[in-house]
Amino acid sequence: MNPEAEKVFNAGAARANAAYAGQRRNVTINPITRLEGHGKIDIFLDGKGDVERAYLQVPELRGFEVFSLGRPAEDMPQITSRICGVCPTAHHMAATKALDSLYQVEPTSAGKKIRELVYNAFTLEDHALHVFVLGGPDFIVGPEAPPELRNIVGVIGKVGLEAGKKVISMRRRVREITSYFGGKVVHPVLGLPGGVSKALKAEDLPKFKELATAGVEFAEWTLGVFKSIVLGNPEYVKMITSDAYTHKTCYMGTVDANNNVNFYDGVTRVVDCNGKEVCKFTAKQYRDFIAEHTEPWSYMKFTFLKDRGWNGFAEGPESSIYSVGPLARLNAADGMATPKAQAAYEEFYNTLGGKPVHHTLANHWARVIEMIYAAERIEQLVNDPEITSPDVRRIPTALPTEGMGIVEAPRGTLFHHYQTDVNGLITMANMVVATGNNAARIAMSIDRAAKGLIKGGHVTEGLLNKVEMAFRAYDPCLGCATHTLPGHMPLRARIYNQSREIVQELVQD
Amino acid sequence: MRSVLCYGYGNPGRQDDGLGVALVEQLETWAMAEKIPGLTFDSNYQLNAEDALAIAGHDLVIFADATGEGADAFAFRRLVPHATIAFSTHAMAPESVLALCAELYGKQPPTWLLTIRGSAWEPNGALPAAAQANLAAAVVFLKEWLRRPPAAV
Repeated sequence: MNPEAEKVFNAGAARANAAYAGQRRNVTINPITRLEGHGKIDIFLDGKGDVERAYLQVPELRGFEVFSLGRPAEDMPQITSRICGVCPTAHHMAATKALDSLYQVEPTSAGKKIRELVYNAFTLEDHALHVFVLGGPDFIVGPEAPPELRNIVGVIGKVGLEAGKKVISMRRRVREITSYFGGKVVHPVLGLPGGVSKALKAEDLPKFKELATAGVEFAEWTLGVFKSIVLGNPEYVKMITSDAYTHKTCYMGTVDANNNVNFYDGVTRVVDCNGKEVCKFTAKQYRDFIAEHTEPWSYMKFTFLKDRGWNGFAEGPESSIYSVGPLARLNAADGMATPKAQAAYEEFYNTLGGKPVHHTLANHWARVIEMIYAAERIEQLVNDPEITSPDVRRIPTALPTEGMGIVEAPRGTLFHHYQTDVNGLITMANMVVATGNNAARIAMSIDRAAKGLIKGGHVTEGLLNKVEMAFRAYDPCLGCATHTLPGHMPLRARIYNQSREIVQELVQD
Repeated sequence: MRSVLCYGYGNPGRQDDGLGVALVEQLETWAMAEKIPGLTFDSNYQLNAEDALAIAGHDLVIFADATGEGADAFAFRRLVPHATIAFSTHAMAPESVLALCAELYGKQPPTWLLTIRGSAWEPNGALPAAAQANLAAAVVFLKEWLRRPPAAV
């Protein structure tokens, strides 16, 4: 952002912040009932009815970090997996890796492979959920479709009953891998410092191989569905590549030794908006590279690249804002480690004009490419002779002090950091979750989409959905596992005129 | 013999939010001890699309969840299918699961929702006494109901 534009932007932000403070009674988040409460978008219009600023507000609760204090470190994989019912496996695995670091123990090779197997299974089923259930309605059913059709039933109406059955059956089958090793999802028992709690029995291997093959076929079929319905529709492609959904920021993701995408292990790599490597760091170094910024209008903490300092919600080569998640991982890597995913990766960049891709809605396509990688990696792992080795854990012997663990949650990079006393009791816990890493760019996306789509004070339900789409593409997970009774989080959007009076309120229950 | 699925959902790491899961765990222990046939138990943080497949395989379904609303210790009601929009979270309403089951598998097993009143939702704390009392009342009710489900079902 050039200095003049930044000045105008900041002046607008200051006015909006002042308006926010002046209308606090109207815009304060309601009392949190079942914890998550609701998400809220506040849209401030100027005198012409165009958008001056749009804000997304959500309650962010970090009680688990406080609760962890004084607890035995080895309980952290169980405690933290309950932070989020959407990605319990991501927290479980990040915590387990932090325990490896804390107890200074290198997991056995078979133990690592089982972890990676489970982790890729989790990513595959989680991505499938987003493609078909959460983000799918936006593209497969269509953003202009009536609200009553923008759900999984609407998706099935579009792709067909048999396809719907295939999606559900595959998600359920892939979950069997997680259950086999980890037991019930609400009581996971997989990760231990130095390895895992259960080996894969040779007699059970055939069903895993069969499932792996089916997983690859399913992921490839999903790509076919995406290409046919989404990429085959010029209107969708136009929307994906439109300015309303585009930001030039940095991108973060975990890569292996060849700079290929890896969900479970490697080093964290950041590239700038031109695709040039900015830094690479290990879990132990994360605090040297990222920091957090707060704004008066949000409970969320906005992470940014520490070396660059907080430069505001700015884009371009000097931006300190980075994104995580499927698109960011692909942008931050040089490729995919498996052949079919690599072919899909190349097609992605060839189609969208080369690296990096800055279109937020391209996250959906990137997610499908990652499904292929996850499935292929599962197939590789179940065909690895070492996968049935009983040597799944190395017992730690060192005294605990401090440990950090990083994994790529489906929605982005996840950091766990613990310190303990000599008895292994937690004295400090810090977790930087994917949605926190994406918070600044999500805020920019909401603002940009609102500005691009709402003109002259004209706001319709369809427009609101398009603003939400900017948000949903990140597959954000805003609170914790706690669900509201209806089973979802309602969204409330309020539009304020120049006098800061509410002129319209839209609620999506 | 009818096949009955008891499915509790919620987060046991959030005090009363785990009441549905706790109920199912207690019932499972009871069913094993009393050798009650035909019962299947499951639990998760929340419901999702694949649960449509799970309920399609049963003759009768009971979902159990916590609630922050209502004056009674628990409430029990029959569900009707209804597809709703899910915004941003990764869960489905039980009515939506039922609707999906009907859409995909042509089945609508009689389904009830048991909600247990809770009031504390802090991370990983123990179940407060009030929630334990509500849970106990719900368990007593459901044991009796499962022994003699309504004839019309």
